[in-house]
Amino acid sequence: MNRKSQSEQLSFFAEAPRRSRSRKSPPEEKISQAEERSSSAEVYTVSQLNSEIHDLLETGFSPIWLEGEISNFRHHTSGHMYFTLKDESAEIDAVMFSDLNELLEFDPNDGQKVLAFGQVTLYEKRGKYQIEVQQMKPAGIGKLQLEFEKLKARLQAEGLFDPDIKKPIPRFPERIAIVTSAEAAALRDMLKIISQRYPAVEVLVFPAKVQGEGAAQEIAHSIRSANLYHQTLKPIDTMIVGRGGGSLEDLWAFNEEPVARALFDSHIPTISAVGHEVDVTIADFVADLRAPTPTAAAQLAVPDAHEILLILHETYRRLVRTQKLHFDQCRMRLELILRSRGLHRPIERMREHQQSLDHLEDLLGRNTKQKLHNTHERAHTLLQRLESLNPAKVLQRGFSIVETSEGKPVKSAKQVAVGDHVKVTLHHGRLICDVKAKEEDSYGTQTRKGA
Amino acid sequence: MRMELKLEKALERLEEIVQQLEQQEVSLDDSLKLFEEGVKLADSVQKKLSEAQLRIKKVVSEAQGFRTEDFEI
Repeated sequence: MNRKSQSEQLSFFAEAPRRSRSRKSPPEEKISQAEERSSSAEVYTVSQLNSEIHDLLETGFSPIWLEGEISNFRHHTSGHMYFTLKDESAEIDAVMFSDLNELLEFDPNDGQKVLAFGQVTLYEKRGKYQIEVQQMKPAGIGKLQLEFEKLKARLQAEGLFDPDIKKPIPRFPERIAIVTSAEAAALRDMLKIISQRYPAVEVLVFPAKVQGEGAAQEIAHSIRSANLYHQTLKPIDTMIVGRGGGSLEDLWAFNEEPVARALFDSHIPTISAVGHEVDVTIADFVADLRAPTPTAAAQLAVPDAHEILLILHETYRRLVRTQKLHFDQCRMRLELILRSRGLHRPIERMREHQQSLDHLEDLLGRNTKQKLHNTHERAHTLLQRLESLNPAKVLQRGFSIVETSEGKPVKSAKQVAVGDHVKVTLHHGRLICDVKAKEEDSYGTQTRKGA
Repeated sequence: MRMELKLEKALERLEEIVQQLEQQEVSLDDSLKLFEEGVKLADSVQKKLSEAQLRIKKVVSEAQGFRTEDFEI
């Protein structure tokens, strides 16, 4: 065991408080004292025993580096961390007090293999020995993990992960850049998805090594190339940066700073597509959108043309339906207007007038006929009467017309004297007669005069 | 910097037209004009989406600029 003096060890931790008491007696003295005690049958109290063991441990084991796996890890509310460090066959209790564990550059948890630097000591109260850890870091692969955490914290503090600066991914891109290995399956998968979903794009592949020496630099270079193309030649709408699945080391390039910087500086919206769903790299934090896999990235980068066409057809149907509805409404309104009283009043009035006219015509017609008929009848009657008054008819009946020699009709006997000549017109022929005697009437009575 | 996306604008305008016709009082004349525009837009989008062929190129940046090659999968 390394028996550097305590003061030499302590200089490294000038500010670290030492929690354990110590007595400054040299080791040899202590051992001989113990031997003395056992032979002298002196009886210890527990406190005394624990105290001595405490000192024994502290002087026998100056602070050491201990490698082990953390288990039973508890981060107490007091801030102190209590855990066990173990290997395949043994374990030891450990504590890391709050003022020291605050300086840890990683979060310890169960199962983690660590290198712990601390003082082996006895917790006298319980008689349990433990290691009081002053420094701790992950062992082996944890080293990468630590670097990851450090870079992540630094870039986050600089604002590279800030959600407010993330750019939206265009929905209908015309040109897409993909930064990945030109030979790998991931690229083929992405191209297949894009050609199935939305072939209406141009895909520009900016190839880069995605693992091994210099990969981070190549990836960063391709990202910046794409941006240069975008600014000087033709605009690029979206850029996918990624690779297929692999081990932590395989994906490591995407955890490196040059890639993060290039993504941050990109004017083109970026989608990170690294490894499998569970893998999260720093590139994923910086990119504008994280896809769990390259295939998912392709699905996020382009829409599904078939879906759009379906929506389009539906929209087209709505368009036609609405227009037809509008037409029908207009037609109905027109018909209503045409049928309304307002428009029809003149027509109705015309009709009414027409009806009156007809009526009048009727009346007129009827009266006229009647009148005509009446007139005819009257005429006819008159004619008949006239006929009956026709002297010729009278003569037919045997009457005769007597006229004086002057041609005057004789109506009264007074008009002639006896001996006058009178003309008598008969129905057929005439007579010239002398009046031989006459009889005068007075009021119908006949009085005979003459010879 | 997002560029003008004709397809996106076409779909937006189409939706706008349909909504206008569905919701607003539009004169018959205007509705005819809008309808015609809508049909034209729908046709152009349909054409663009169903007749497309995927174009893939590999781009390598060089000192002089960019070299583009046809990419074979």
